[in-house]
Amino acid sequence: MQRGASPFNIVAVALGLAFLYLPIAILVVFSFNASRLVTLWGGWSLTWYRELLHDDAVLEAAWISLRVASLSATAATILGTLAAIALARMGRFRGRLLFSGMIYAPLVMPEVITGLSLLLLFVAFNVDRGFWTIVIAHTTLTMCFVTVIVQSRLVGFDRGLEEAAMDLGCPPFKTFLTITLPLIAPAIAAGWMLAFSLSLDDLVIASFTTGPGATTLPIRIYSEVRMGVKPEINAVCTIMIAVVALGTIAASLMAKRGAMRRDREALGAQV
Amino acid sequence: MASRADKPTRRARVIVLVPYLWLGLFFLAPFAIVLKISLSQAALAQPPYLPVFDLAAGWAGLKEFAAQLSADSFKLLASDPIYLLSYFKSLEVAAVSTAILILIGYPLAYGIARTARAWQPLLVMAIILPFWTSFLIRIYAWINILQRDGLLNEVLLRLHVIDAPVAWLSSDTAIYIGVVYSYLPFMVLPLYATLEKMDESLLEAAADLGCPRWKAFWLVSFPLSLPGLAAGALLCFIPIVGEFVIPDLLGGSETLMIGQTLWTEFFSNRDWPVASAIAIALLLLLLVPILFYERLQQRSLEGGR
Repeated sequence: MQRGASPFNIVAVALGLAFLYLPIAILVVFSFNASRLVTLWGGWSLTWYRELLHDDAVLEAAWISLRVASLSATAATILGTLAAIALARMGRFRGRLLFSGMIYAPLVMPEVITGLSLLLLFVAFNVDRGFWTIVIAHTTLTMCFVTVIVQSRLVGFDRGLEEAAMDLGCPPFKTFLTITLPLIAPAIAAGWMLAFSLSLDDLVIASFTTGPGATTLPIRIYSEVRMGVKPEINAVCTIMIAVVALGTIAASLMAKRGAMRRDREALGAQV
Repeated sequence: MASRADKPTRRARVIVLVPYLWLGLFFLAPFAIVLKISLSQAALAQPPYLPVFDLAAGWAGLKEFAAQLSADSFKLLASDPIYLLSYFKSLEVAAVSTAILILIGYPLAYGIARTARAWQPLLVMAIILPFWTSFLIRIYAWINILQRDGLLNEVLLRLHVIDAPVAWLSSDTAIYIGVVYSYLPFMVLPLYATLEKMDESLLEAAADLGCPRWKAFWLVSFPLSLPGLAAGALLCFIPIVGEFVIPDLLGGSETLMIGQTLWTEFFSNRDWPVASAIAIALLLLLLVPILFYERLQQRSLEGGR
């Protein structure tokens, strides 16, 4: 569908993007404000970033969050990819309906329910709550997002490639490693990144499943934000936005280069 | 090929079993525990509820355990208007926000789908990018803007639209702004996905037959985009009903949304049975939309189209 955009279409897109980006832009600009007041512009300054460097509580929380996010994203990517392969390639296995139900339900399940139920599970089995319970909780939540991303890629690509390899006598596992895995690799990488950022972002489930000594960055930010706006928080947020923006740009550049290489190879194969 | 895929080998069974067991243990089983605790009674103990299930006591212990279960928490939910008002408030916020999201998200998704192909990935990326930044940050950004001496009041005062600062924060308006802002990508992306796939020749055919553009939209594009619209609406509506962070940071304290009520019962009142009963009731309330969403997902991801 591409019959040229009408002025109405262009205005809709422009307004929509302005709505999405203006608050973030304001937040970033005011993190460089010399004045402590949010409305008063006191000139450019890095004061709040310097103060941040001495805020051990925030730095400690950020470190915990990064560790939770990388561990849970990795576990979620492995589990989620397995689940995606099961759903996309295994046909009808016993208990499939329940399985796909358990995959799609967490995507929309209100966080308070997921958080509460996991906490009660940990209490019932007398598990000490802390770092590892958050990792388990985040793995459970984010693996479903990984599954959906990888599954849509598995459904989308030409299965003839796999079939050709297997018809030529390639064993299924080797076919998976040499044909399927490289083809779904971008989706797996995207899944990992999504899982990572969801974990880094989560407040509600982490609040339920955390224990002493495991204060993640969102829990920390939340307790500060409840007391009011502070310029230091603007600085923390700006750094997080910068990290995410750089990561996304790097990933999309890599994906683009990969796509160009694939296109060239496909062209070469045709000639 | 089909026979090869349908006959699971041992390795294939492992592929299914590992995520299956994980989700069974950490997603499904906890609901049984929530149900059990919702039928317990609050107690000054560790953990703060009774009865505690004792496996060592065997069958007799199980019978005694069953005898002590009670529906008190659910009776409380039904009798105290605080809870019912909370549920209604949540449904109202979710329904109105979803309607606003459709009104804003549809033109946006439609606009993106109609721009030149080369621009579309960039615009989609622009929609997704804020979603990758922290949810909490985006809500916090709005506190900056909406507070009493915030930017919105400043701008409106300078423009002489208002004479005195308006209390935007701690109101339903602030909740709606925060919810719509946070969930916009969830509405736009599924809509865009269906609109983008639409066969343009259908619209051309309509135009050739003399159908005006708005009528072609209404008779062709809109009906074909309904699956995306349904997916987007459910993807927003269901989590918004249970939303906690947005109403807690932006909303007032008169009527709490159900997610906040659950949070308070759990963390402040330490009444785990009532918190569990609220969760069970919320789950039952959302069961139909969740099942409907699952069917949509299955159709779009497993139907091959």
